[in-house]
Amino acid sequence: MLINPSSPHSDDGWLDRNIVDPSLKSERPIVLETKQLHVYYGDNEAIHEGDLKFPEHRISALIGPSGSGKSTYLRSLNRMNDGIAQVTGEILYRGVDVNRPEIDVYEMRRRIGMVFQRPNPFSKSIYDNITFALKRRGITDKKKLDEIVETSLKQAAIWDEVKDKLKKSALALSGGQQQRLCIARALAVKPDILLLDEPASALDPVSTSKLEETLLKLKEDYTIIIVTHNMQQAARISDYTAFFNMGRALEYDETSRIFTSPKVQLTNNYVAGDFG
Amino acid sequence: MNSKISNRIAIATLYVIASTIVVILAALLGYIIISGLPAISWHFLTSPARAFTSGGGIGIQLFNSFYLLILTMIISFPIALGAGIYLNEYAKQNWVTSLVRTSIEILSSLPSVVVGLFGFLIFVVQFGFGFSILSGAFALTFFNLPLLTRSIEEALAAVPDEQREGGLALGLSKWETVLHIIVPAALPTILTGVILSAGRIFGEAAALIFTAGQSAPALNFTDWNPFNISSPLNPMRPAETLAVHIWKINSEGIMPDAKAISSGSSAVLVISVLGFNLLARFVGHRLFKRLTAG
Amino acid sequence: MNNKLQKQLLKRSKASKLERFGKTISFLALMLITVTVFAIIIFVASKGLSTFFSNHVNVIDFLTGKDWNPNVTNSKGQPEVGALPMISGSFVVTILSALLATPFAIGTAIFMNEISPHRGAKILQPVIELLVGIPSVVYGFIGLTVVVPAIRSVFGGSGFGILAGTFVLFVMILPTVTSMSVDALRSVPRYYREAALALGATQWQTIYKVVLRAATPGMLTAIVFGMARAFGEALAVQMVIGNAALLPTSLVSPASTLTSVLTTGIGNTVMGSLQNNALWSLALVLLIMSLIFNLVIRLIGRKGAMSK
Repeated sequence: MLINPSSPHSDDGWLDRNIVDPSLKSERPIVLETKQLHVYYGDNEAIHEGDLKFPEHRISALIGPSGSGKSTYLRSLNRMNDGIAQVTGEILYRGVDVNRPEIDVYEMRRRIGMVFQRPNPFSKSIYDNITFALKRRGITDKKKLDEIVETSLKQAAIWDEVKDKLKKSALALSGGQQQRLCIARALAVKPDILLLDEPASALDPVSTSKLEETLLKLKEDYTIIIVTHNMQQAARISDYTAFFNMGRALEYDETSRIFTSPKVQLTNNYVAGDFG
Repeated sequence: MNSKISNRIAIATLYVIASTIVVILAALLGYIIISGLPAISWHFLTSPARAFTSGGGIGIQLFNSFYLLILTMIISFPIALGAGIYLNEYAKQNWVTSLVRTSIEILSSLPSVVVGLFGFLIFVVQFGFGFSILSGAFALTFFNLPLLTRSIEEALAAVPDEQREGGLALGLSKWETVLHIIVPAALPTILTGVILSAGRIFGEAAALIFTAGQSAPALNFTDWNPFNISSPLNPMRPAETLAVHIWKINSEGIMPDAKAISSGSSAVLVISVLGFNLLARFVGHRLFKRLTAG
Repeated sequence: MNNKLQKQLLKRSKASKLERFGKTISFLALMLITVTVFAIIIFVASKGLSTFFSNHVNVIDFLTGKDWNPNVTNSKGQPEVGALPMISGSFVVTILSALLATPFAIGTAIFMNEISPHRGAKILQPVIELLVGIPSVVYGFIGLTVVVPAIRSVFGGSGFGILAGTFVLFVMILPTVTSMSVDALRSVPRYYREAALALGATQWQTIYKVVLRAATPGMLTAIVFGMARAFGEALAVQMVIGNAALLPTSLVSPASTLTSVLTTGIGNTVMGSLQNNALWSLALVLLIMSLIFNLVIRLIGRKGAMSK
């Protein structure tokens, strides 16, 4: 029973929707789950429904044409849309609904970190970029900070490139380095989940493949959800893929199935490159 | 008339008008500097004014101008920063915000003499500060707040939203993000605004004649205890500034060399304001480079 | 349900407390400014109105009376506080200086933006920024030492008066009006000009018939803004106008403005006396005019926005 019962077969064999529940086939617990998620910008409904479950220590990719709502959906997960859009429905983080006003959004965001489309290092030194949030949270022990800087930069696979210029401005790094620094910065606060919003869209192919390698390693310790407009990228790195179209998650399945035997015609058209 | 001829006449006229403006400024600046420079000497810049005889200087007035400027900035900068932050980062588009914006606009267009009179009424009379540096600093704060708030707000607005998102995504509050990331990133622009407004404060007189007063009692420049009456740092003493001094000696000055002193003071005032302008450009440029360079 | 996690996520974090603190404190700073503006209006109004309520001077008499001599009581047993000389003095210098400044400002703005943008940016822009920065007392001093003697030698008399005030204010408001006019011209889209030129219009026809029309609301705002500055300027005018509280009869005889009487008078009267209250009434007139200028600028802005 992997198939959503509300999605009957149409006449020509295609499904209207096909949302798979990963917990039924993998032993991995579900870390993040959305139920009846709707997002509105004023009177405009941007996400009509997105009921997805994300398993622990896996990479899930969100794909779809531009304007399909994949980024809006991702940004709703750690409530970056607060004050911008209205988000209704449940966002269950390890069973706790975090889409409630009484939830401390700052503590939640520390556990559900985010990396953005354009690298956004602060205009501070590389070292201060990593330690900034830690210091604000009261960690001042120099030795401990040094240690975290080193581990996070190593995790983000940028340590060797910057270890001799930690005091230099982060803005002097290349775009790809900046993006990996931003990942290191997100890792430094020890999150549980990492959300990435088209993290490679501003990078050249070499930086992109470095970033992908990094993500594959990070999967061992973190749950990763990544929005990408690059289908090859999704195919290369993700375990699960969700296809979004017009504000709706139409299909969600193991990545290999999405790309080889999709059940929804629109998914098929999209991964075949017919539109996007 | 032929449209080509009228075109030529019109453009020639525009050339004349534009050159006239340049000539006016050149004449103004030339007059101020040429008539003022001969009066400027170390003695002139450092010695106290004389009421009835010639040979007085502007030392105390010059010190007062700077002290008042610094005090005004100390009071007005935190308020303008807070207001600018709220307007740019928190304010929603509703009637409260538009009321606040309107009132800031009103304050910025109020004649400075009205601001001075209000300062006189509140600080000099009601609070009993008398004619004092403190009263003057508060009056200048009102005078300074609208423009400074606006320039801080614009500086903050120029910092890309990605920087804010970067802070928020780390689990930091918006306040921490703004204070420790956005404000430092906007610092070059903010400082430029501060220095430009400093030039305006330095030359302001109308708001001061009834608040900081029109007399400059002798100061003992060896006594830096702010509680002593003759200490330069005492904020409760009356303090005629350089700009007020120029007005004062031209309205009722009786020293024989009033004109030379005014010329010298005007030159000092204009050179200082030009200095503030140049400094603003320089600081903005330098800081920007330092923040972005490796 | 994960109870431990739920508890951690429900606890108020340091960040959340800081957020509330920061939002409150920055809001208070903003409110301080707003409250100040209201306080200024209320205090000046209450002082200014006491002439009419405590001293029972008739408002109409105040606004239309031609004699300003608060120490003297007239035949009706009322003090002579006719503010017409100052009100008309203020209006006359404001209107004259704006009339004089407008062609120069708009001409320069057109030159900077349409005729020679390169020289505009290299020479005129810094020139105008410098002019804005010169303190008003310096303008007053130059008026006193250059303009007044010049008028004296041409027209005779003392040289003090409306004409001298007009000249000083003209130079003072010129940079402000010019730079705002430049902004207005800049906001006219480039394709307006290209379309007109492509139809065979000369450069001047393009400027006059297309660009200036499109920029009219912005230019009007600039002029009204300059007038507001001229109306409120105190010391520079006070130094050259002659300070005689008489209805202006000639451009070269001593006159006075609201601001000039205020600056010379307020220090010489006793708080709470009629003489003092009458001066506050002048300040109230000044305040009301400043609000009216503000309102006019808003109305122009709104109309300009609608016609676009």
